[in-house]
Amino acid sequence: MSAVDLVDFDTALERYDPVLGIEVHVELGTATKMFDGAPNIFAAEPNTAITPVSLGLPGTLPVVNRKAVEYAIKIGLALNCEIAESCRFARKQYFYPDLTKNFQTSQYDEPIAHDGWVDVELEDGEIVRVEIERAHMEEDAGKNTHVGGSTGRIHGATHSLVDYNRAGVPLVEIVTRPIPGTGKRAAEVAAAYVRTLRDIFRTLEVSEARMERGNVRADINVSLRTSPDAPLGTRTETKNVNSFRSIERTVRFEISRQAAILDQGGTVIQETRHFHEDTGSTSSGRVKSDAEDYRYFPEPDLVPVAPSREWVEELRATLPELPAARRRRLLGEWGFSDLEMRDVLNAGALDLIEQTVAAGAPAQAARKWWTGELARVANEREVELDGLGVTPAQVAELQGLVDGRKINDKIAKQVLGKVLEGAGDPAAIVEEEGLAVVSDDSVLSAAVDQSIADNPGVVEKIRGGKVQAIGALIGPIMKATRGQADAGRVREIILEKLGVDG
Amino acid sequence: MSTTDPIRLSAIDQARALREGELSSEELTRAHLDRIAAVDGDLNAFLHVSEAEALATAREVDAARAAGEELHELAGVPVAVKDVVVTQGMPTTAASKILEGWIPPYDATLVQSLRAARLPILGKTNMDEFAMGSSTENSAFGPTRNQWDRERIPGGSGGGSAVAVGAYEAPLAIGTDTGGSIRQPASVTGTVGVKPTYGSVSRYGLIAMASSLDQAGPVTRTVQDAAALHELIGGHDPRDSTSLEGGFGSFTEAARAQDVKGLRIGVIEELEGEGFDPLVRARFEESLAALEGAGAEIVRVSCPNFQYALGAYYLIMPSEASSNLAKFDGMRFGLRVVPEESPTAEAVMKATRGAGFGDEVKRRILLGTYALSAGYYDAYYGSAQKVRTLVQSDFAAAFESVDVLASPTAPTVAFRLGEKTSDPLAMYLNDVATIPANLAGTPGISLPSGLAEDGLPAGIQFLAPVRADDRLYRVGGALEALLEDSWGGPLLAQAPELSGGIAR
Repeated sequence: MSAVDLVDFDTALERYDPVLGIEVHVELGTATKMFDGAPNIFAAEPNTAITPVSLGLPGTLPVVNRKAVEYAIKIGLALNCEIAESCRFARKQYFYPDLTKNFQTSQYDEPIAHDGWVDVELEDGEIVRVEIERAHMEEDAGKNTHVGGSTGRIHGATHSLVDYNRAGVPLVEIVTRPIPGTGKRAAEVAAAYVRTLRDIFRTLEVSEARMERGNVRADINVSLRTSPDAPLGTRTETKNVNSFRSIERTVRFEISRQAAILDQGGTVIQETRHFHEDTGSTSSGRVKSDAEDYRYFPEPDLVPVAPSREWVEELRATLPELPAARRRRLLGEWGFSDLEMRDVLNAGALDLIEQTVAAGAPAQAARKWWTGELARVANEREVELDGLGVTPAQVAELQGLVDGRKINDKIAKQVLGKVLEGAGDPAAIVEEEGLAVVSDDSVLSAAVDQSIADNPGVVEKIRGGKVQAIGALIGPIMKATRGQADAGRVREIILEKLGVDG
Repeated sequence: MSTTDPIRLSAIDQARALREGELSSEELTRAHLDRIAAVDGDLNAFLHVSEAEALATAREVDAARAAGEELHELAGVPVAVKDVVVTQGMPTTAASKILEGWIPPYDATLVQSLRAARLPILGKTNMDEFAMGSSTENSAFGPTRNQWDRERIPGGSGGGSAVAVGAYEAPLAIGTDTGGSIRQPASVTGTVGVKPTYGSVSRYGLIAMASSLDQAGPVTRTVQDAAALHELIGGHDPRDSTSLEGGFGSFTEAARAQDVKGLRIGVIEELEGEGFDPLVRARFEESLAALEGAGAEIVRVSCPNFQYALGAYYLIMPSEASSNLAKFDGMRFGLRVVPEESPTAEAVMKATRGAGFGDEVKRRILLGTYALSAGYYDAYYGSAQKVRTLVQSDFAAAFESVDVLASPTAPTVAFRLGEKTSDPLAMYLNDVATIPANLAGTPGISLPSGLAEDGLPAGIQFLAPVRADDRLYRVGGALEALLEDSWGGPLLAQAPELSGGIAR
């Protein structure tokens, strides 16, 4: 890796115009496989989620999963694609042990969805429109495990095991047209595009879309040219990049690497490359040339898929509100700043806040809970927000207690802690543990008198006009009441007693 | 031979004898197993005999019948299954070394139908390897011999099924027909074979040669038997995407009707002249004359694109076959050859395929791989698909003026073993008359037309429009009756007797 010359990313972009192209594979969350009644499940015992069809045993035939077609159409519609009136599957032929039939049943020249676009929003709100060339259906392959080598790679392995549980899992592959004009934001755009798709898949409920499980995998194509007017340069394709961070790093590395080659008057080799998490670099895979011949031909075991226009329109009419539209709507309704919204999105709290607001809490208060205290605890426990065991309804109830001045913020945090421990709903906890704010003047008055008597110096300052010193009087009172005193009322009483205007 | 020998009865008559208590299914099944034991050492029609299982099924049928259960009409009548059809728990090799010893974990849909109707399965019949051939000489397990003359081929690829019924080893058999593999063996063995409309019988569990051409069908001694077996194995199957929904007429009624008055029969001009032996043509003409005498109208029709059918077939079939046979790689089932010096997956695949496939299979894989290659696809596979469309339009045009089409099934009677093995093109020409139906998906029947050159049987083929399989049974049933009247009995009765495995 050390032998690779690199040009600093920013410097590279002063001289070259990057063009991206991204292929995203998403595993559909159907109950059964693409062409087969075998269950579509993750992490079962090896070779248990299979049937004779999954194994491609002699005599078996594929049958198209209607649900998978529905999901593919939904994805196509969400990406503003046209949906084919009729499209066929084809066989992509090559020999490899993870392919049970030694061909992959895929769509070739007749994708189910084509010619669409999607708007990708960058962190600062800039919108980049990415054009979609096609989205097509295909089946996944099995998984090889190489045994005996040092790194789990095939090199040096004594033998390999194949798990066909994944063989035949339905995939949709979404291919962009070349994405020009991203300049210094190329890496950001690449990651944001895949994130945008990920969010769409989740909203459509067509996939769990978990990157870490490989539900969503991206192949990142990068090429450089000297100027936006120049013809496209030679591209490389880095395969199976499966985190947003890795996508950004891949783009940055490839731009730096290709720029160095071009600077030295060399030529970029068209090839597939692999990204390495540990070094952040890519390395050469196999040379991709025209010599690679998959001998595609129409799959004779399947009839064309011809979704009726009625069905397509029905699916279009029942598409859920897509993430971008929803974000715009909620941003307007809630009045968050762009920065606040970004925090919400980064924390994965949008749904939870929406539900909390629906349960009666003000949006800002809901936001503060979920991106503040709850995010902190989730981080501590290394779980997702929705895995904390606190419901939006409980958060709304808690906020209701604060807004009704039943408890103050500090007590609220204690109550939340107890909710997190599974002690029940906030109101019940406050009731049972006697945590309600003390706002009874007769109780507070005595405490104020005591505090005034104990802190003559502070009293002097306040009387002298330094009202902000009042905290030094309130503190001991809160302490004495274990935080249950209504701090606002305490302040009023102090000012009254000292005859000072707040 | 005794006229009451139950194995000589048609399947329908065997079924009647079972119903009427004249014999038990166990006796009938045992009689067929005895016949197999007596003559198959010579004929080699069976690759596997499933004696215990067949007898168990037979006894179940007998018990069920004794208990008064309602049974399928053919329950208890034995059947033989071509070895390209997958049978759970029973070896299935497609006559290839590459599948030797493979015991499938599932049944083909048509086998499920046979089992559900409780037909004892006698075993698996011999064939050309992966159904590639016209003589059964390409079997990895030795050729099947024609029961009319054991130095002659039984046709192919389904020579085993044809001889099994022709030699009374089984009353019924299953065949598959990709370019004529049911009809051509029927023609040269004096038996009846039907290639149903594509999609009429499920392909689920047929080891595929060419997916868009393969179709399973009945192999029998009589037209009525074929109709009954076709009805049993036909029907929509959700596991086969190319399977058709209903909408077929009754085959058995049509086979019994024996009425061809007003039926318009078109003789295909392109399939009656040159290349067809004189006596084969004579028997064909006599058959037509008999039908005309019974009230059918004989007209001549031209199907000009049929002359390109053979060429198109030998591009489409190998293309699909090269892909369908890719799965035989030693990784998951069947033969696995591990080269010592380099036991990588790729090397194992190469060695397994090299050792496991026979020459004809390799020839077709090479042809197909070439035809699908980048730069050649349009010229070969693409052009062949266009011819296919033209053949279909020829059929459509012809069926506007006639009800069925007719031709001799094969150009010659059975040739001698070894005669054409070194000349693939001559071998391929056997299928010139049968291939158009596969390209168009139309149904076809072959039944005996009489004895031709060397006193050996010839066949006549009828073709009908898609879904009009009933017309085949109507014309076939009528012609069979007319010819048997003229012969004084079934043609097979004129075949030499086979005895105890001694060649005549």
